[in-house]
Amino acid sequence: MDDKITITINGKPYRVDPDQTIMEAADNCGYHIPRLCYHPKLSIEGACRVCIVEVEGFKNYLASCAYPLFEGMKIHTNTKDLRQARRDIVELLLDNHPEDCHVCERDGNCELQRLAYAMGIRHRHFAGERKHYSKDLSSTSVIRDPDKCILCGRCVRMCSEIQGVNALGQAGRGFNTVVMPAYDMPFADSVCTTCGQCINVCPTASFVEKNYTQELFVKLNDDSLVKVAQIAPSVRAAIGEGFGLPPGRNMEGQTVAALRKLGFNYVFDTQFSADLTIVEEASEFLERVQEKGKLPMITSCSSAWMKYMEQFYPDLIENISTCKSPMSMGSAIIKTHFADQIKVDPKNIVSVAIMCCTAKKYEAQRPELMVNGMQTTDIVAVTREIVWMIKSAGIDFLNIAPENFDSPLGLSSGAGTIFGVTGGVMEAALRTAYELYTGETLVDIELSSIRGFDGIKVGNITMDGKEIRVAVANGLGNAHNLLEIIRKEPDRYHFVEIMGCPGGCIGGGGQPYAAANSIPLDTECLKARAEALYSNDRQKTIRRSHDNPEIQRLYKEFLGRPLSEKAHELLHTHYMPHEPRGIASRKIRAM
Amino acid sequence: MSKEFIVTICDGTSCIQKGNAAIRKALEQQLKDRNLTGNVRITLSGCLGMCEKGPIMVINPGYTIYGNVTVNDIPEIVEEHLIKNRPLARLAIQEDHLYNRFFRVFGDAKFFGKQMRIALRNCGIIDPDNIDDYLALRGYEALAKVLTDMTPKQVIEEVKLSGLRGRGGAGFPTGVKWQLTARAGSPNSPRSASDEKYVICNADEGDPGAFMDRSAIEGDPHTVLEGMIIGGYAIGAKQGIVYIRAEYPLAVHRLQKAIADAREHGFLGKNILGSDFSFNIDIRLGAGAFVCGEETALIRSIEGGRGMPRPRPPYPSVEGLFGKPTLINNVETWANIPVVILDSGKWFSSIGTEKSKGTKVFALAGKVVNTGLIEVPMGTTLREIVYDIGGGIPDNKEFKAVQTGGPSGGCLPAKYLDTPVDYESLAQAGSIMGSGGMIVVDQDSCMVDIAKFFLEFTQNESCGKCTPCREGTKRMLDILIKITEGKGEMYDIENLERLGNMIKKASLCGLGQSAPNPVLSTILNFREEYIEHVKDKKCRAGVCKQLLTYEINDKCVGCGVCKRNCPVTAITGSVKAKHTIDQNKCIKCGVCFTKCKFDAITKQ
Repeated sequence: MDDKITITINGKPYRVDPDQTIMEAADNCGYHIPRLCYHPKLSIEGACRVCIVEVEGFKNYLASCAYPLFEGMKIHTNTKDLRQARRDIVELLLDNHPEDCHVCERDGNCELQRLAYAMGIRHRHFAGERKHYSKDLSSTSVIRDPDKCILCGRCVRMCSEIQGVNALGQAGRGFNTVVMPAYDMPFADSVCTTCGQCINVCPTASFVEKNYTQELFVKLNDDSLVKVAQIAPSVRAAIGEGFGLPPGRNMEGQTVAALRKLGFNYVFDTQFSADLTIVEEASEFLERVQEKGKLPMITSCSSAWMKYMEQFYPDLIENISTCKSPMSMGSAIIKTHFADQIKVDPKNIVSVAIMCCTAKKYEAQRPELMVNGMQTTDIVAVTREIVWMIKSAGIDFLNIAPENFDSPLGLSSGAGTIFGVTGGVMEAALRTAYELYTGETLVDIELSSIRGFDGIKVGNITMDGKEIRVAVANGLGNAHNLLEIIRKEPDRYHFVEIMGCPGGCIGGGGQPYAAANSIPLDTECLKARAEALYSNDRQKTIRRSHDNPEIQRLYKEFLGRPLSEKAHELLHTHYMPHEPRGIASRKIRAM
Repeated sequence: MSKEFIVTICDGTSCIQKGNAAIRKALEQQLKDRNLTGNVRITLSGCLGMCEKGPIMVINPGYTIYGNVTVNDIPEIVEEHLIKNRPLARLAIQEDHLYNRFFRVFGDAKFFGKQMRIALRNCGIIDPDNIDDYLALRGYEALAKVLTDMTPKQVIEEVKLSGLRGRGGAGFPTGVKWQLTARAGSPNSPRSASDEKYVICNADEGDPGAFMDRSAIEGDPHTVLEGMIIGGYAIGAKQGIVYIRAEYPLAVHRLQKAIADAREHGFLGKNILGSDFSFNIDIRLGAGAFVCGEETALIRSIEGGRGMPRPRPPYPSVEGLFGKPTLINNVETWANIPVVILDSGKWFSSIGTEKSKGTKVFALAGKVVNTGLIEVPMGTTLREIVYDIGGGIPDNKEFKAVQTGGPSGGCLPAKYLDTPVDYESLAQAGSIMGSGGMIVVDQDSCMVDIAKFFLEFTQNESCGKCTPCREGTKRMLDILIKITEGKGEMYDIENLERLGNMIKKASLCGLGQSAPNPVLSTILNFREEYIEHVKDKKCRAGVCKQLLTYEINDKCVGCGVCKRNCPVTAITGSVKAKHTIDQNKCIKCGVCFTKCKFDAITKQ
């Protein structure tokens, strides 16, 4: 029985599923209605009014993103009046927007710019007074520029609905409406976890990463310094998109070559230090299991998650693995063991991390991560910054010959590779933990139950008859849901992985902007990036971190054994409860 | 002295401001001095609506209404009326015959002549703080009837039969709304199958100059509560919420008292009047945002969020407060419900026009003799309201327009004076019913300036969510300011129409969809005034300061006062010779005009 209904779009009849909005049906029938505030992963806002359509029998235009279909609905998407109304609405947004496209970070990547072009705004009718606010530069990671904000509310919804952080909200009325943290306090003092998802979904440059490219160019031109780069797994899976390639191309070799051309003396792989993290973390986990330590153990490599946990779940601090993130472990080794090896004063080493993540900029400055009084990661540049630097330096990225990483921090296992995808850390850790615990090799190493993009995934593995139950959450909102379960049932899981961003690091706040015909955080795009890493894992002969010969050599020559005193000094850290201003104190909330 | 009297002093906000407390004190003193305390009972009442003539005092028996009562009048009132039983013609508001069903009690005051009081039937008669007064006038009888004799379905049918439509402005059939909410959550309903439902009273009255809801609650809080309880029974809800702005402390106070009294008498709480039906009412205070009168914004505000509307559907009847089916009606709508139940929907539907039944309360304001609160049958013409009830335009000035529907209504010129007041006719004339604001404008008002005034309000009160309302009304306001400053171009008028029509059709909620109305309706009906502002740089009403020219005529004796007082030294001239104003320097402040004792300055 056909339960479809008949509607007409622009005079043509279509049989469609009834449980859709006008926009969804139009998409399926080949009409792309212009849109702005709409995002398929967020709630319906209906604010921008760009997606309006005419429906016969209705006096007013309807927002196609929000209005459900009914039998016999006659929809018009492109009438003369509608075109003018849409055009005027987009012009109204432009009229209250700085006309500085040619000096804007998002020139060429801006949804408003594309929309203005598509609407045919070639001259202006209504220009007048514009809002003006100062930029918020306080955060280590995210710059907020209300002047460029068009109040689509995507950032607000992202921050509350997906991330559960609620750092942003609209304040003021009418023309004076502005998106801000509570009480208009500086971003740095707010609950913002610096995850950068607001940047990902912002259609304009109202949110951008704090940019270190100029500083980096200066350092790269300083011959007295040794410039060392490390590249996160997810960067190679997404960097091609910044050069117009479709998602999912692994551009590892090209990135290494381009960084050398930019002037880096050594290019290392964060996947190496991810292997190091796994050996330490798996050992820590087994220690907790065997010595009845605090369980479940929760992973600690996501920096936004660290800040979130310290703010909202300080009661779980003892559950958090003391392992530093791969970036910080790598930097610690670079500034100690590697400096010794190349006989350079660590003060003359510039340690640069190329990351998919804005929160890493925050992590790099955490005082808890200092080694011998030194900040170990000097500069964090996100994928977008590196894309720009490569373009700006005139390097032909797409046609460059791929190169290999430098040694000793260049070789990695497949386990280190999949760190970039939600569930990857858990999978990698279990590959090692199983072997360390049982003394046997895990045969079926691809743990499908914790792969994929579900918000919370659970699985289990039996080690010598002992059942180890694990859970994985991606996105801080899902983390919240999982942690509420853990608070109630502390014994339910043994090992928990949490990644701050949707999809894990591949969906990080520093990744290239969505392509012109795509949407930010498109699931297909995330899947392609993930597949780039999973297929890389499959192609590798070494797929377990502890099998990585460079890791084995590092322990032999420098660290001794996992969890040794040296390892603790360099590779482990601690956390502290942290209560930002502006959120109700815990005492009040408990009342 | 044999007769006993009840003296009712109006205790509405306006009469309180005009010093009713002093009058009461003086009266008490007089009664004490003359040993009459046992014979005369003093009561307080809610607003009678004759605010212009306040403080108001009513003496019964006899239904004599005294207006503009001062403390000095009290001895005379006591002596003449209370002792000699001779009503004072000097203070009495009594003209011709009253044929109003509910207000027969108020004698032949012309003010009430064309009124018909259903929603406000008890306002001014009962002491709002005294539940016994309400009970004496068949209070809670409708609730008793509903609980004992009627099924929820029958209640809804009765409301549908009455033809009552939402008094908040949109005019949606109330019975249909009740039916939709009653059905929602039932097994047949496609959405949220939930047994939890809510009833909300929207008392977030935000129109500038409107006080219908405030007066209704201040004057007769119980009728609103009774309506809500009946609504709760009809749809199967257990919880009601009155969302009222915090700026109405007296109304809030009376509501709190009424809720407590109703609970004590068993009209609220568990097993009301011994039935299976339980219902409670709580009060939520709004922070005074105009947009929170929009139902989805109001609901969001109750939920603790920022008051911003959301797209509908789903309507609150399906997904409302906390996602549950919610019946939300305006104060006036609720106040009509007990009457619909007691006097039957059929009777109610006999009042009014074909499509708009019953009466409507208006806050009559502006350039009219009797400003105040009125309730008229639907279909009463604007002329009857302005001239018969309102008493016409003061100072023999000429009527120019009447603005209905609050800040987002339209301005109707004299040719629409015979328009009957109902939802369809007002819409056809280019305005709206709205929640009942009615502002009369005379020849001294500039229509461009009026449009600017209202748009300034809606622009300020826009929640900022949707683009057309947030950005579009701002641009329209920019253009209006430009025109009133004499910098307008002819294309500005076209742009106003272009933007206005787009905003009306594309905005998210009713605020934006109606915000351009004052501008569009004044352009439609007073286009020549706009053209004068733009082309001739003239404001015929002399309101737009920047368009005025001050000049010195031959009456000037050269005294020099204007020259000395001019803040920008735009005036020159030697002693005893005619002075002149440098138009380039003049800032049109008008100081010279007010200072000149010889009428030597002309303003054009």
